Amino acid sequence: MKMNIKFKIKGLDCANCAAELERKIQKIEGVTKVSISFMAEKMEVECDADSLEKIKKTIKKEEPDVSIDKI
Amino acid sequence: MKKKAIKIIVALLLYVFAMLVKLENVWINNGIFIISYFIVGWEILKKAIRNILRGKVLDENFLMSVATIGAFGIGEFPEAVAVMLFYQIGELFQSYAVDRSRKSIANLMDIRPDYANVYRKDGIEKVNPEEVNMGERIVVKPGEKIPLDGCIVEGKTSLDTKALTGESMPRDVKEGDDVLSGCINLNGVIKIEVKKEYGESTVSKILDLVENASSKKSKSENFITKFARYYTPIVVGIAVILAIIPPLVLLEANFSEWLYRALSFLVVSCPCALVISIPLSFFGGIGGASKMGVLVKGSNYLEALSNTEIVVFDKTGTLTKGIFEVQKVKAIDMTEQELLKIAAYAEHYSNHPISLSIQRAYQQEIDEKQIENYKELPGFGIVTKIEGREILIGNEKWMQERQIIFEKGDEVGTILYVAIEDKYAGYIVIADQIKEDAKKTVEELKKNRIKQTIMLTGDRKEVGECVAKQIGIDKTYTELLPVDKVKKVEELLKQKSAKGKIVFVGDGINDAPVLTLADIGIAMGALGADSAIEAADVVIMTDEPYKIVKSIKLARKTMKIVKENITFAIFIKVLVLILTAFGLSTMWEAVFADVGVSIIAIINALRSLRVKNI
Repeated sequence: MKMNIKFKIKGLDCANCAAELERKIQKIEGVTKVSISFMAEKMEVECDADSLEKIKKTIKKEEPDVSIDKI
Repeated sequence: MKKKAIKIIVALLLYVFAMLVKLENVWINNGIFIISYFIVGWEILKKAIRNILRGKVLDENFLMSVATIGAFGIGEFPEAVAVMLFYQIGELFQSYAVDRSRKSIANLMDIRPDYANVYRKDGIEKVNPEEVNMGERIVVKPGEKIPLDGCIVEGKTSLDTKALTGESMPRDVKEGDDVLSGCINLNGVIKIEVKKEYGESTVSKILDLVENASSKKSKSENFITKFARYYTPIVVGIAVILAIIPPLVLLEANFSEWLYRALSFLVVSCPCALVISIPLSFFGGIGGASKMGVLVKGSNYLEALSNTEIVVFDKTGTLTKGIFEVQKVKAIDMTEQELLKIAAYAEHYSNHPISLSIQRAYQQEIDEKQIENYKELPGFGIVTKIEGREILIGNEKWMQERQIIFEKGDEVGTILYVAIEDKYAGYIVIADQIKEDAKKTVEELKKNRIKQTIMLTGDRKEVGECVAKQIGIDKTYTELLPVDKVKKVEELLKQKSAKGKIVFVGDGINDAPVLTLADIGIAMGALGADSAIEAADVVIMTDEPYKIVKSIKLARKTMKIVKENITFAIFIKVLVLILTAFGLSTMWEAVFADVGVSIIAIINALRSLRVKNI
């Protein structure tokens, strides 16, 4: 079951970091679609339920200053 | 941000002092440079180290740290500090610009109501709008936002609908009128019966739309992030080659000279500033559009809108008002007002839309005592006695049936013939009205290089073609069923050029399939029509077709800014890289190619938020 979740994503330094993070998340198994908007501070992912933890881990590792909140 | 600004100012003062005074003692002078450097660059160094430890090289912190430490290494103290200092100034400016445009859009969309004053058992309670049920009554005082969609049951006021429609004229409402959430009550106290729960109310629908807008990215945005992905490693790679190969190969090569060039490369290699100006432009463009009362669901649609080739309109509700009104009164042997009065009296008991439009045109009270023997004959018309005279009113067939000699009108629309005591007295034409700005819209579209305008309608051939002629539409297809409209748009999609886009404009009522099918579906007058908001890519909140022209102009302006920024930034960066490689430019030019270019690009991007002159 794929699910579509939206997050408020705060603390990204720049648009390039957002693009970089987006690419990293895209590679995670079970993630079919991800879009991070630096300007709107939003992340939308379409993924398996169990890859959500991996996404959070990746964010923690890549951008420790970034926080996410489910909308 | 304030703390950062103070650091920059202190460092800048120290820097200027060291540059101008040039102390005798070189050690002290260089010491001041180093202090200045650490004040402004400590954070960057820290981040760079942290990122290396996490295996993340080639990020901007790392690049700037290497470039500046290297510059210190070869004794270029002023350059080293300047690179860090200006880099930080650029960063500060960037976050200021991003912040500002985020805020201005947040303000624009500040339509979320915080509370509702609802009538409950123990009087008025202040609750979260989500807790109010359908059918409950709420009170809205002047200055407050209407929290939920409903109908006024008591009071009258003016409403500020600017946040929803971009319209600055207040709208007057009174008892019995429907009101939408998100409007601001200006002067009177009103009591409203809630018709929709919060989740279904206009305000949540719009907020939903705006919040989801940004996840659909344009090609330009994807291009620039992809570009940055290859650009930085390539430039850094060349920098490494420049630092190593020439000193080894060329006999007279000076190592520190080549290292200097390599370090300059690193300064230019930062991609961030280049990348930010593009989404910033689109963000501003989408924000600017919502200022005009146009909601664009993603930057991809803004990009597509700038390539519009064909605009297809639905007729009723889009180019015409969808409200039937008296267009012409032709009276014989009496004034027009007299004929209208007779018609209004005769049609008084009918609740047919045609009758209602006659009542609206007549505007005066009807004295029911004057109407006798009223009889309606479906498919023909009415016979009744008014002030003692027999009145016949109805269509052609009605006149023929009663063998009355009459003059046939050739106007488009519904024609009502009137006879008094079996003598023909004139006719009244009732038709759907063309919107005031429909003609101007089509004219302006042509002026703005739109190749073709097309109108689709389910209406009769004569009616459709007459409307199209008055507005100046290029092509009209009439008597279409909803399925035929889909087929027509499919055909057009095959005919258009590869890059050109087809826009379909409808009012969202039963044309959802076409809205989805076209490259860009625009829903008009969508305020209050949920299905339209969902099906369309672009939503025009009011019912003015002219906003299509404005949206296309804004889209083109945004795309122009985006293209300007991409070409300008890449051109300057590549130019400075080439000059640097040949030793023709210094680290100062490199600082300009990094910070200067990004500041100019950001200022340019912020222009997209301004829509006054569109």
